[in-house]
Amino acid sequence: MSAPDHAAAAHGSEAAAHGAQGAQGAQGAGGHGVHRNYIQIWAILLLLLCVSVAGPFAHIRTITLITAFGVALVKAYMVAKNFMHLDVEKPIIHWLLLVVLVLMVLMFSGLSPDVMKDRGRNWQKDAGFHPRLYTGPDSTTGGNEHGHAEH
Amino acid sequence: MSMQTSVGTRHASTIATQRSAMNIPTGKLAVWWVLVSEIVVFGGVLVSYIMHRLAHPEWAHQAAHTHLWLGAFNTFVLLTSSLSAVLAHQAAEQGNGPKAARLLYFTILGGLTFLIVKSFEWTGEIREGFTIQAGGFWSYYYTAAGIHATHVLAGMLIMLWVANSARKNEDLQRVENVGIYWHFVDIVWIFLFPLLYIAK
Repeated sequence: MSAPDHAAAAHGSEAAAHGAQGAQGAQGAGGHGVHRNYIQIWAILLLLLCVSVAGPFAHIRTITLITAFGVALVKAYMVAKNFMHLDVEKPIIHWLLLVVLVLMVLMFSGLSPDVMKDRGRNWQKDAGFHPRLYTGPDSTTGGNEHGHAEH
Repeated sequence: MSMQTSVGTRHASTIATQRSAMNIPTGKLAVWWVLVSEIVVFGGVLVSYIMHRLAHPEWAHQAAHTHLWLGAFNTFVLLTSSLSAVLAHQAAEQGNGPKAARLLYFTILGGLTFLIVKSFEWTGEIREGFTIQAGGFWSYYYTAAGIHATHVLAGMLIMLWVANSARKNEDLQRVENVGIYWHFVDIVWIFLFPLLYIAK
């Protein structure tokens, strides 16, 4: 065998070892010996999709909200648990996700009053900021002409 | 934080496949870090949209013009592509790189289908006058769906690279990593679909 042949053989065996190693890494990382019927999970997800599409045709707001957002939460949970294998993931991943989700809730809690309310203890939005909230003449007082809240 | 490195490996790529932090392969941990930051990006947009949507019930009239069936079809496409991504991971676990690659190519096809449907949908809406400046709802619609579509495109490109390696039985651990990213993009769409297409 010539020198280039030796090099090629060495490279081939290395690649094979690398591939096997990668497979081993994948085995340890995702499967964890948990048997999952992915086709069945996919079928359930499609069924839930049909439910969320059918919901608005009932023309009942509560049902639409449940079938749209309730089902979305269930679908997201199923994908995270079964496809991303979050249920067998290390605790640090759960903590990372929990922290960032709590930050989202804090963000919503902190900002939503400014967006959704027309006035606070020391401020009030002027006319035009939230047209639907300013229908009476009294509601136009209190804000400055640029629409900024007064503090 | 525990850090384990293999001894005697010659190439950086080989070391990277064996190194782990907190008992998680570093590549996979990096993907999760990316996703956590992505949650802030998408979470910020979605939380902001929800706040404004609740404060502006009149946006429902604008939302009434989105195409429910196109959104539903794209949800079907992404859910199916997620299935092929996780089946690719399963094939990688079994050491079957070529099969994992074929399934990843199918996933890429799903992403391509999603983008083609989206482009037709947007073209129609823009022709009807519903541009990004047509109202508050449309601003969020194009921003959220646009950022998401960009992530789909990025996922497709990365997946193409991973699939080409997997086809040669190389770096099979990357199949799971790119799959995790793809499932996250799927989850984002699972929330975008009711927010933009159903709540009218």
